[in-house]
Amino acid sequence: MEVDFGPAVRDFRDELRDWFADHLVGEFAEHRGVGGPTDGAAWDVRLAWDRELSAGNWLGVGWPKEYGGRGLGLLEEIVFEYEYARADAPYRATVNALDLLGPMLLAMGDEAQKKRFLPPILAVEELWGQGFSEPGAGSDLASVRTRAERDGDQWVVNGQKVWTSFGIHADWLYVLTRTDPDSRRHKGLTLLLLPTDQPGVEIRPIRNLAGQDEFAEVFLSDARTGADMAVGEVGQGWRTAMATLGIERGTTLLPQQLGFEREAEALIDLARARGALDDPMLRRRILDAWISVRIMRTTNLRTLAELTAGRTPGAQATTAKLYASTRHQQLGHLAMELAGPAGQIVGEDYELDTRQRSFLLSLAETIYGGSSEIQRNIIGEQILGLPKEPRP
Amino acid sequence: MDLTFSEEQDELRTVVRSFLTRHATEADVRRLAADPHGHDPWIWRRMATEIGLQGLAVPEEYGGSGFGYVDLGVVFEETGRALLCAPYFATVALAAEALLRCDDEAARADLLPGIAAGETVATLALTEDAGRWDEPGIRLTAREEAGSWRLTGTKTYVPDGHLADLLLVAARTPAGVSLFAVTTADAPGLTRTPLPTLDQTRKQARITFTDTPARLLGTDGTAWPALARTLATAAVLLAAEQAGGAAAALDASVAYARIREQYGRPIGSFQGIKHKCADMLVEIESARSAAYAGLWALDAGDETEIAVAAALAQAFCSEAFTKVAGDTIQVHGGIGFTWEHPAHLYLKRAKSSEVLLGTPAYHRELLAARLGI
Ligand SMILES: Cc1cc2nc3c(=O)[nH]c(=O)nc-3n(C[C@H](O)[C@H](O)[C@H](O)COP(=O)(O)OP(=O)(O)OC[C@H]3O[C@@H](n4cnc5c(N)ncnc54)[C@H](O)[C@@H]3O)c2cc1C
Repeated sequence: MEVDFGPAVRDFRDELRDWFADHLVGEFAEHRGVGGPTDGAAWDVRLAWDRELSAGNWLGVGWPKEYGGRGLGLLEEIVFEYEYARADAPYRATVNALDLLGPMLLAMGDEAQKKRFLPPILAVEELWGQGFSEPGAGSDLASVRTRAERDGDQWVVNGQKVWTSFGIHADWLYVLTRTDPDSRRHKGLTLLLLPTDQPGVEIRPIRNLAGQDEFAEVFLSDARTGADMAVGEVGQGWRTAMATLGIERGTTLLPQQLGFEREAEALIDLARARGALDDPMLRRRILDAWISVRIMRTTNLRTLAELTAGRTPGAQATTAKLYASTRHQQLGHLAMELAGPAGQIVGEDYELDTRQRSFLLSLAETIYGGSSEIQRNIIGEQILGLPKEPRP
Repeated sequence: MDLTFSEEQDELRTVVRSFLTRHATEADVRRLAADPHGHDPWIWRRMATEIGLQGLAVPEEYGGSGFGYVDLGVVFEETGRALLCAPYFATVALAAEALLRCDDEAARADLLPGIAAGETVATLALTEDAGRWDEPGIRLTAREEAGSWRLTGTKTYVPDGHLADLLLVAARTPAGVSLFAVTTADAPGLTRTPLPTLDQTRKQARITFTDTPARLLGTDGTAWPALARTLATAAVLLAAEQAGGAAAALDASVAYARIREQYGRPIGSFQGIKHKCADMLVEIESARSAAYAGLWALDAGDETEIAVAAALAQAFCSEAFTKVAGDTIQVHGGIGFTWEHPAHLYLKRAKSSEVLLGTPAYHRELLAARLGI
């Protein structure tokens, strides 16, 4: 697993590698590979790890210095993610703010918002949750019903959000609200930043199928936030939200997939140890799993190369999520098959081993960030130009 | 990080595509598919003189233009898209590559300029009745007599073997596998029988040698590593061709799904069809990744990576093209099942190229061996 990003970033890479060698030790090293976009395991250790990263000034590599970032470019950000995955460091607990909210604020927030919110994100002082989905608005996000009304210099928010990842830890939420009560669909929405530490916000954990309190439901009853907490224009929240989703569907795949690659390699070792490589059916599936993760890697590198060359990424940037999520699920099934009868047994308090965890959690990957069906609609309509579904 | 196409490569693609849109139309493909010869020398010459396609990746010292494999891959994607009926794969991916890999400078200087100039059609005669592409599959024998070599035996499934001017023949001598050149124009004891192929767009022949004089290339008994490397390159170029063919099949599906109406709306607005097309694109983009990884490895010259990427590309792209070509027929419904519609041409090209250099199962095993699995 080696990619050379050229001499310009070699010093940066070496500095980073040295830093990992010095700091990814002790308890942090024991938690290598732990966590994921849907995995709340070892939260406290991971948070401490994020603070360690922050102290080393490694969070926000591409963010401007004035907000606490390193002020470097896209290439360095990519190298950072790549080396991060290569070091197999614990999955960052603050990924939501780092990968989604932060870039969105940088692109669409006003100066006061950037000054107020970006430094505490990088200092790991404030944690964030994304409040887009609602019980009645999942794939069809334009049907959000959470209302926000102006009351003097404040917004008053009422409604319910759901599936908020890491919601129980969130100090702040960025929520998609309907600010024009007469509006329909994607018009009249506004994206608001809302503090959770107030009586109007109730957050209840939802236990996911792996037994973790990873996501939450959020009840907003006359919850309040400042009038200056709208990101982008009032009524243009759809645009703001889509910008975040664009980020979610894009660059965050690389580190995740390097993790898949590692899983595939571990599986091969396991299969070898179990003698499963002699079984022609299993052998074929193992090779196909290896082929899949290699293809994911190349697909990502194609996109990254285009981005760093200042080109618009091709269709593969859009097909990558569907391919990766589907193939990773197959990897999960294979892992369980190789585990054999032992795969049936969990630890105390429903503690899962890595294979069980990766199998169960992989079921979320074809749902969040746009389900596979929605991905196929997007590919069909936006890339292939097929006619839209008739909508009532 | 050079994993994207340059503007020059985009330009090359445009030039090749526009050439093939003019000279490899569906009518041309059908005409040549029906023709036992299967190839139009006029177009072949134009390919060489107008854009230098045969010599694109041949080094300048041998009369070529010295471009890399990524450039060549761009061309193969386009010839695959157009289902070009020409001995291009045989000449460029197999024969020229075998010459470049073999340890024989004099032969390169003699033989490559003709290929680059579009004057020589060449191919590699490796497989025999067992249809194997591995070293033990080579049984045809060569014997030396008074300093000159003679071949006896049969090769089959030889791509464009019926019309090649130059055959590069893998044969066995007491020292091991060796590579020979036979110029077909003046070869006694040579019988060539065209084989009626399922994929009529790429012909094959059976070739019998009876004490046929041949020129030994390089050192007797040492040819297998060069041949294995040739096959790896060819596997990557074929993968690019397959990705291009699949992309053309999807284009046809999408165009049809936009205009064909049932139940009062275009069939492409139904998710059953839309999602099928989306899945086809996922396959194609993944196939491209597999093929491009091979091309980049070839240009980087990393032998370990080439071996892995080539086997991976053939294992994956073969199945991807066949799947996409089959789905294309499904999207077209009844019309897709007719001889008149081009969908079957893609299906047959796909199924035949799936086994052309060895089956996907064979390539998976090559991959496994190279990974130490
Ligand atoms: C682990 C996890 C973490 C998440 N984290 C967050 C978070 O932090 N913040 C947040 O806001 N949300 C989050 N989500 C929510 C996620 O975005 C939604 O679950 C997702 O968009 C799907 O919406 P839904 O659950 O309402 O399912 P639905 O939209 O009701 O979909 C149910 C099924 O119907 C299919 N379907 C729906 N519409 C169509 C259509 N037009 N055509 C064909 N099929 C269709 C879907 O593909 C799916 O299979 C998370 C979800 C998961 C699983």
